[in-house]
Amino acid sequence: MNYVIPAYRIFPLGDTALVIDYGNLVDEAVNKEVMSRFAQLKNANLPGVIEVVPAYSSLAVYYHPPEVWKKRTRAMTVYEWMKDEVGQLLAQPVANDQSTERLLTIPVCYEDEFAPDIRALSATKNISVEEIIQLHTATTYRVYMLGFLPGFSYMGEVDERISIARKPQPVNVTAGSVGIAGRQTGIYPLASPGGWQIIGRTPLKLFDVKKEEPALFKAGDKVQFISISKNEFANY
Amino acid sequence: MNLRIIKAGILDTVQDAGRYGGQDLGINPGGAMDKFAARVANILVGNDQQEAVIELHFPAAAFFFELPALISITGADFIASVNGEEVPVNQPILLSKFSILQFHGIKDGARAYLAVHGGLDVQPWLSSYSTHLRAAVGGFHGRSLQKDDEIVLKSTKDLCPLIGQKEFQVLPWKADDNWREWMEKDMLILPGNEWDRLTDISKEKLLQHPFYITTQSDRMGYRLQSDPLLSVVQEEVISSPVNFGTVQLLPDGQLIVLMADHQTAGGYPRVVHVISACHSRLAQLQPGEAIRFRITSIATAEALLLQQEQHLLQLQNACQFKLEQLLHAY
Repeated sequence: MNYVIPAYRIFPLGDTALVIDYGNLVDEAVNKEVMSRFAQLKNANLPGVIEVVPAYSSLAVYYHPPEVWKKRTRAMTVYEWMKDEVGQLLAQPVANDQSTERLLTIPVCYEDEFAPDIRALSATKNISVEEIIQLHTATTYRVYMLGFLPGFSYMGEVDERISIARKPQPVNVTAGSVGIAGRQTGIYPLASPGGWQIIGRTPLKLFDVKKEEPALFKAGDKVQFISISKNEFANY
Repeated sequence: MNLRIIKAGILDTVQDAGRYGGQDLGINPGGAMDKFAARVANILVGNDQQEAVIELHFPAAAFFFELPALISITGADFIASVNGEEVPVNQPILLSKFSILQFHGIKDGARAYLAVHGGLDVQPWLSSYSTHLRAAVGGFHGRSLQKDDEIVLKSTKDLCPLIGQKEFQVLPWKADDNWREWMEKDMLILPGNEWDRLTDISKEKLLQHPFYITTQSDRMGYRLQSDPLLSVVQEEVISSPVNFGTVQLLPDGQLIVLMADHQTAGGYPRVVHVISACHSRLAQLQPGEAIRFRITSIATAEALLLQQEQHLLQLQNACQFKLEQLLHAY
């Protein structure tokens, strides 16, 4: 198989991190490349590296410059040294990392009590609540990245017919709330201020500090929502 | 032995150098706002630099020590007293049993750090003692300190013979307290990836005008106030990585500087980054104070950070030597 290494750019993120950037876009193939590189760079154990963090179409490598100071030659900065090391790794082809791709079924109750914004979405987009539920549960979403809050998953992409801009001002959101922002959908694992339009709530605990792996989702997961009743929610 | 909180402060939490390795799950590093000061506090009392300390905001908590202890206070100067008598910052202090430590006002800075020799016996979460307030985990039961909380201290060393009959004793060695004078007044910055989104006039403004820290500033970030800055492109930034010190341009043209509790990713243009060597100074600014930005090079930023590390190492060696002498003399 011909492996073409996608085009990327490396730039500094202050003086303690660099970013590998594949362009400012939401794209499944690009995100898969990001996840493969995340696995590769995490396992590379580069000196001075504190952690590697993937996002939609870019990933950051955080490092502690004093640890790398002696390794570089005097003519170059720590950043340039790190950039070279990372560049050498990126020049090696890697297989698409399939290990993180699981299918998770997430029960969601879309009833009014748990969906403060579903009526407004229905009115704005001129679509019935039933159709919103049907469309939201019809797609299998990809978890592109985790961020914003511990365990918060950015998933995409929702049908254009239920896509809606986030609120201009954040409001208090209950843990488990399922929201839409643009073509993204996501679930608040913890109570938090937030601007996503809330259309339902899951009874599942998405972030459990007592667990060794506290977050339910991982980037790369596939997610299927299923609609449950208030009664099922209460007895979940 | 216990350290008891006899009066709650406005926001006093257990912190350390931060929690790394969880950002891919959205768990932000957190940790002390002024990590340099937190490390100095530990060094002064002979602790590991990453040991848990208490970060204090003013009005700060009041503490009661059941047994003798060796403590230090660094970072902000909140006019500390032991049993009513003023004690200095940046010096180790031996306390006799039943001592009361209080703070009386802001002389300087925004966050003070209290370290106790031997450290605090708190549970780590994901290898860090830092309090994660949003997830309610880490530090002292995942929350800020309240009246009547009792923190167990790890030190088992009997300091009674050292302190003798005195109420307290300020030990004769100190950390540089002119840390804010080390560098020029300007906040040194590096251009961010979206720097070129600013119009030429806005770039000039950013480098020449003062930016005032507003009251909408906390451990997550400082919102700054100035003439609005303009962007040449309105294209949205897909959520992408940020860092401590990242300065983002908000849709209303104002800037926000990301601090210890910043989110792991952001969707606003990253126009500049405050260099690491300036983070300590940044963390000690209060609402109303002005920031002036000046561009520097990565080479300079790295050299200044290394200088800071070397300074801490020297301080650690000196303090270790003096502490060993003191502790072995009895």
